[in-house]
Amino acid sequence: MDTLSALADGFAVALTWQNLGLALLGCFLGTVFGALPGLGPSNGVAILIPLAFTLGLPAAPALILLTSVYYGAMYGGRISSILLNIPGDEPALMTTLDGHPMAKQGMAGEALALSGIASFVGAFFATWGLVFLAPQLVKVALLFGPAEYFALFTLAFATLGGIASRNQAKAAFAAALGLGIATIGVDGQTGVPRFAFGEVHLYDGIDFLVAIVGLFALSEVFVFLEHRGTSKEATADSMKIGRVTPPMSMLNKTWGAMSRSTIFGFVAGVLPGAGASLGSFIAYTFEKRYSDRKGTFGKGDPRGIAAPEAGNNAAAGGALVPMLALGVPGSGTTAVLLAMLLALNITPGPLLFQSNPDVVWGLIAALFIGNIMLLAMNIPLVTMFVRVLLVPPKYLMPAVAMISFVGIYGISGSSFDLQVMIIFGVMGWVLRKLDVPLVPVILGVLLGDQMEKNLRRALTISDGDWTVLFASPLAIGLWAFAILGFVAPLVVGRYFRPKIADETKAEGADPD
Amino acid sequence: MSDRILGACAFLLGVLYIWQATVIEESFLSDPVGPKAFPIIIGTVILLSSAYFIWRPDTEPEWPAFGRLAEIGFAVAVMVGYTMALPEAGFVVSTAIAAAFLTWRLGAHAVAAVVAGIVTSLGIYVSFHLVLGLSLARGPWGF
Repeated sequence: MDTLSALADGFAVALTWQNLGLALLGCFLGTVFGALPGLGPSNGVAILIPLAFTLGLPAAPALILLTSVYYGAMYGGRISSILLNIPGDEPALMTTLDGHPMAKQGMAGEALALSGIASFVGAFFATWGLVFLAPQLVKVALLFGPAEYFALFTLAFATLGGIASRNQAKAAFAAALGLGIATIGVDGQTGVPRFAFGEVHLYDGIDFLVAIVGLFALSEVFVFLEHRGTSKEATADSMKIGRVTPPMSMLNKTWGAMSRSTIFGFVAGVLPGAGASLGSFIAYTFEKRYSDRKGTFGKGDPRGIAAPEAGNNAAAGGALVPMLALGVPGSGTTAVLLAMLLALNITPGPLLFQSNPDVVWGLIAALFIGNIMLLAMNIPLVTMFVRVLLVPPKYLMPAVAMISFVGIYGISGSSFDLQVMIIFGVMGWVLRKLDVPLVPVILGVLLGDQMEKNLRRALTISDGDWTVLFASPLAIGLWAFAILGFVAPLVVGRYFRPKIADETKAEGADPD
Repeated sequence: MSDRILGACAFLLGVLYIWQATVIEESFLSDPVGPKAFPIIIGTVILLSSAYFIWRPDTEPEWPAFGRLAEIGFAVAVMVGYTMALPEAGFVVSTAIAAAFLTWRLGAHAVAAVVAGIVTSLGIYVSFHLVLGLSLARGPWGF
């Protein structure tokens, strides 16, 4: 019952006017980011981090704001999936399959309402899962020494490459690139500069916020420039939605799909390297196999909306488990949230639960509150967000670019950092074209320092004996999972990957 | 072909990176691993993956036509110009110009783009500087 009393303390943290206001703002902005095609959870959060940071928000309120954006984006993504057949973000891809056909049959309002409720169910139970699973994981993590941590980081990269990527070599390359970027600057342990080429600005290393905003937000602007004029624009005509309440019979028919999908989504979220896109994909595929007896899936079956929406919201909650408990994010957006914590000098991981319980439990309580706010925003007020879709991207994307610049400039006040950010933006665009995933790059930049520190600590303890990395059963287990996670997808084929994501939308889509 | 070029670039990058790692000056106070080992491991991963890109390239991505590439290049130039103009001309003026340009290139009418640029710039200035108190670049006119 420790957990529940800790949660009660968390509610005491979250229920201040400031934090409630931030949660409300975050939910609103998140839904808008999710709804707009091209902006999704990870770049939405990425743009806001420098702002939250320069505004001097303490850890708990900043994290409440940003995770509310994260949850909100998971709700918002469905709106354009249903109305326009364009996923608002990558996890909402599966929602287009049944959501848009339903809208075409004149049931857009019902589809929006049902998907809102499914989102709520997924997120609500996943947050409970987080409450109970994270402290258990912390107990295991407290047994970890430096060698185990090194193995754990390798595991995160391996599964990220294995499960979530189309080409293992490209994922490995992306991770190495990120880790390489992290080694730039003065070596923390010996004080010698590395890869700085005598440039003073590089001695401090490359700020990961610069890398993240460049790779995620700026590269999106370049993608828009490239596809200018070819993308569909919203018209007021496609925005008619009718009544926004689901009939009871529809809820009765879909509650099974919602509960099954919540479980699948949560598990997919907890696995390192999987994230919400995989959650919604698995939920939809399973539901289709399980209950599509009359072949109605893909033609506007309500269960085909409930499943992926419950799945992706549950995965969003699940992905917070490894991020908070181990300090190893399982997806793009949680990686960005990790960056926020690191920027505030808070090291996530098991010690976070002991040294900053107010941050952890305040955050979890805020998620419960935010989720209720989101339900309220997304059912009665959904028409307001629908209007947002009418803002053409040509006015929006420049504003996104400018706000990215403002945020980074606010932190450092240096033009050099802005130029590095532009380099990252271009790099992000090229890597996307070449189908090299960006999430491992970010994860590498974020974790490189920790990974090297743990490796060197382990070897200092063993006095240079490399076998220490495989000395404990725990470490061997982690290595075994790492190898399995990387190799198994090669053997069992590409079952775990959204097939349609392969073809068209993947390059432009925002990672979750 | 694109993947083979990527592979060649990655190969060069890996070689360069490992070479740079080996010339890191070690200090006399060092741990058993030292500052070189981790970068060399990373460099090896880069080399291995580059070999795979060359050996088995993916299908060719759809590269934009030359005009579009130039468009992106031009946008990059504008952004770099923007970063240099910030400390000189201040936030409001530089942002208005850069945003107007990007809006125009994304397909808005020229007049609409100028208006959008000014609105974007003033909007950010008011909400982030005046309301939230974020420090923005100050030009000769104080904004």
